[in-house]
Amino acid sequence: MELLSKIFIEPFETMYALPDLFLQALWEGFVSGTLYSLIALGFVLIFKASGVFNFAQGIMVVFAALVLVGIHALGVPAYIAVLLTLGVMALLAMTVVRFVMKPLVNQPDIILFMSTIGITFILIAGGQLIFGGEPKAMITTELGLPTGSSDWEVGGGLVIFQHIDIAAAIIAALLIAGLALFFNKTKTGRALRAVADDHQAALSVGISLERIWVIVWFAAGVVALTAGILWAAKSDVSFALQVIALKALPVLVLGGFTSIPGAIIGGLIIGFGEKLFDLYWGSPILGGGTESWFAFIIALIFLLYRPEGLFGEKHIERI
Amino acid sequence: MFYRETGQFKASYKTDSAKFPIFQDKLFIWFYIIIGFLVIPFFGSEFFLGAIMIPFLVFTLASIGLNILTGYTGQISLGTGAFMGVGAYACYKLTLAFPDVNILIFIFVSGFFSAIVGVFFGLPSLRIKGFYLVVTTLAAQFFLEWAFIRIPWLYNYNDSGAIEVPQREAFGVIVTGAQASAEVRYLVVLAVVVIMTWFASNLISGRIGRQWMMIRDMDIAAELMGVRPLYAKLSAFAVSSFYCGVAGALMVFLWLGAAEVESFDYNHSFEILFMVILGGLGSLLGCFLGAAVIWILPVIIRDWLPPLVDALTPFTITSSAADLVSDIIIGVMIVVFLIMEPLGLARLWSIIKQKLRVWPFPY
Repeated sequence: MELLSKIFIEPFETMYALPDLFLQALWEGFVSGTLYSLIALGFVLIFKASGVFNFAQGIMVVFAALVLVGIHALGVPAYIAVLLTLGVMALLAMTVVRFVMKPLVNQPDIILFMSTIGITFILIAGGQLIFGGEPKAMITTELGLPTGSSDWEVGGGLVIFQHIDIAAAIIAALLIAGLALFFNKTKTGRALRAVADDHQAALSVGISLERIWVIVWFAAGVVALTAGILWAAKSDVSFALQVIALKALPVLVLGGFTSIPGAIIGGLIIGFGEKLFDLYWGSPILGGGTESWFAFIIALIFLLYRPEGLFGEKHIERI
Repeated sequence: MFYRETGQFKASYKTDSAKFPIFQDKLFIWFYIIIGFLVIPFFGSEFFLGAIMIPFLVFTLASIGLNILTGYTGQISLGTGAFMGVGAYACYKLTLAFPDVNILIFIFVSGFFSAIVGVFFGLPSLRIKGFYLVVTTLAAQFFLEWAFIRIPWLYNYNDSGAIEVPQREAFGVIVTGAQASAEVRYLVVLAVVVIMTWFASNLISGRIGRQWMMIRDMDIAAELMGVRPLYAKLSAFAVSSFYCGVAGALMVFLWLGAAEVESFDYNHSFEILFMVILGGLGSLLGCFLGAAVIWILPVIIRDWLPPLVDALTPFTITSSAADLVSDIIIGVMIVVFLIMEPLGLARLWSIIKQKLRVWPFPY
């Protein structure tokens, strides 16, 4: 009885009694949700265009942030460092497509997936070897990102908005809008969607698969860099981020592997869900720290009912 | 010439379906077993036994577990580390509760706890496959890691949050704890691995194993031919986690001596997945080869690279940097193997064997 009340009654009483706490949790959930969406977006881009489940997306986020901080540490001005980092990501995209994706074309999906785990390993160790494994501060002010915070008084308490979080949400929205425009309005974008629909048909009308793949991997690199900057501005650039990057997987399961809106909504669901769950149910009943697995368990339960995700393509298949 | 079955006639079904139909193969296996049991423990140093051979065998066992799931049944898993943890914690709690029981019994029994957990997290595999399964097994990984920290009962309310292996005996010999000699620990691990490998090879060539492979190759066709996916997949999860659980118990009790949650984190799951890929999906020999390469290669690089760089170039390299270099080499090897030889080292070995059979003729 006591447990039932703890699950079904007390959390809602707390929510009602302390609205500021609730709003704060909602806001934090929204912020981490946008960043999960950003990471998941990189996966979706590559999966859509090549059917490759790119496990390295998470580490690409860390790697991009590391390269940026590393280049800036050499004395390069911040914005030029961003451009140079984009160059490095383009180089990475070309290398991966040339040396991994192209030789593995037509292999089973699982082999391609495992090759991206190999890339993950190379990027983790390579990044540590070049830049060192210790956490570094992100160059937030140099990039012109706001710091500081504002308060908002609600129901006798304060809700605190970090300015960087607001900027993160805006930048993420701009990036997603930009990608949507790119996909829908440009010739390259149309070619990309053609490749996503049918490799062979796209080839037969003269679309170069290799070029499209490089573009897609580069786009994923840009998304990774953005996610890396925004995430590292909140904490630090460190390899601990890769655990957070793994959170993109449940986001994908929720949203569907091929859907960009799915990645966004899935990210927000996971973001809100894990913050609220940890605050109202996880900490009082289970002793806290539930954020490490909540998203995965949600995805697991969700999979049992709707394996194709909220917006994914429905495969007609029964096993 | 060296490897020819000429003159070895099979006069009964029994010899025809033997595990090693060629006499030379049988000879090799016995040769390795004798070397393993009689030569290495007497001539290997404490370091060689404790830091190279024991972990190598433990990882081999874990890779056999993962290979049963990934290589033979086609279900990918990233939860190996956590399943090993379940075995280790189960063994720890059991031996604290019943200190007088032979520790070897508990090492095997702890596998059953792991199997139960594995079946539970394998349930989604009935509706989903491929990448989706990565997510559910990662759910197992992160949830179990959390449970190992948050449930103090599991580590007996120790202040450090770690499990310390107590001294335990089997058949009157001290097997675990600080007093146990490296030779004894090595022999126990080797015996367990040999027995369980033999068991796995029989299981795989039997009815259950062939059902697994049918599910892997084409699940719908398998179902039409009367394989029940429910039983085939869940039995694969159960057997796989059983092996991982036993490997985990061996790892903590006979190798590390004490363990924290970090010993079972997802990096471990990756490492074991790499052993399976590099060694060869769907091959028991591959598990041994993969574990040997992935475990022993970094040890060699860590020992040899820094002095080599010192001697040949003006640069110096720290041992942690050498570790990273070996990580990069392993990552590159994974990609290269997937491109050149997706079936791994085991396939290379069988190509060599084929060449030896027809030598000196090319075909």
